[in-house]
Amino acid sequence: MSVQPTVEAKATAPAAAGGPELLISSLLRYGVMVSLGFVLFGMVLTFIHHPDYFSSAEALQRLTEEGSRPHQLSDVMAGVMATRGRAIAMVGLLVMMAIPVARVALSLLIFRQQRDRAFVMVTSVVLTLLVLSFLLGHAE
Amino acid sequence: MTPFLFVTVVFTFSVVAGLLGSLLGLGGGIILIPILTLLLKVDIRYAVGASIVSVIATSSGAAAAYVRDRLANLRVAMFLELATTAGALSGAFLAGVVGGSGLYLVFGAVMAYSAVAMLRKLGTRADAPVPPDALADRLGLHSSYFDEATGREVDYRVTRPLTGLGLMYAAGTVSGLLGIGSGALKVPAMDLAMRLPLKVSTATSNFMIGVTASASAGVYFARGDIDPFIASPVCLGVTLGAFAGSRYLTKLKSGWLRVLFVGVLLWVAFEMLRKGWNG
Repeated sequence: MSVQPTVEAKATAPAAAGGPELLISSLLRYGVMVSLGFVLFGMVLTFIHHPDYFSSAEALQRLTEEGSRPHQLSDVMAGVMATRGRAIAMVGLLVMMAIPVARVALSLLIFRQQRDRAFVMVTSVVLTLLVLSFLLGHAE
Repeated sequence: MTPFLFVTVVFTFSVVAGLLGSLLGLGGGIILIPILTLLLKVDIRYAVGASIVSVIATSSGAAAAYVRDRLANLRVAMFLELATTAGALSGAFLAGVVGGSGLYLVFGAVMAYSAVAMLRKLGTRADAPVPPDALADRLGLHSSYFDEATGREVDYRVTRPLTGLGLMYAAGTVSGLLGIGSGALKVPAMDLAMRLPLKVSTATSNFMIGVTASASAGVYFARGDIDPFIASPVCLGVTLGAFAGSRYLTKLKSGWLRVLFVGVLLWVAFEMLRKGWNG
């Protein structure tokens, strides 16, 4: 795990500043940062909104009991609109899940630009499987 | 326990798990899931859901550096991801069918296997010539990496891509089923079967883990298994721990620590198996 300053990244790849490796590397690094930012902000907000979370043991039981987890994008968005802390943290977690998908999509563009037909195929199938995983879960 | 105390405890354990994970070259998941379930009595479904998101975080963070340094083989990774994503999808669906006690049993078995695999890593392997492979040639999987130890560019050839694909399907299934990165299964598949250099195998495995985990995370989210209240402190903690570990503690990778850890792994594996057995 390394989230070093970008100065170093620029220094090690002077000629390939726009190279595919650097693009993918930056996507991964900044993606993680943005996601964790949302998660942290959401958690802080949750505790600001619910002072009883510092004292009440019953609140934990309510929080960890069965059922009632947001599992649709529309639920999450509705929670964000109401500035609910947990919904904002969930957005962060969803951003995290989307990073690898974005990485594969970016690879697809790169292989297409390189006119690498075999790998455009391979990457398309991987991307399809990833999108399917988000759709199929709902169909269950 | 109040919610605040719960979050603080989960966060603290996650930092430790992330630290240990990066120290030992494992993801945090295999350490964290037993802590969440056995110690904090979190439902294994939510433990797995939280773990899978933290796996994406550590994998992406580590991979950012490996890709920049051109240590990870992007073509091999993309080719094998065909199998890991398909496997992860199967695994995530299986998890809905298998149920709690079955999950404990599989987890215990994979943990025991990881422990043995880590012991074997202490040894060395023979350097036989890499057999030629037509498919690997056609896909252009061969590459090279810069070896810091010798300061030279090292060329390597890849073989048996189809065997790799089969093994990766299995690794993906385990990953989707248990919410772990299953790097312990991916690295041997590339290192031993496809004959990639160990450093490249490790880097490529790290790079691939994010995509595998994302495929299963999608299914877990849709099923309502990702609880932001548990997953958030886990995610923040594991990332912080892994970051600190890779930054300051790489020199601690000594043999005795590994042996000690194998002992702990075996003990936890036994606990998980017992819990699964008793239902």
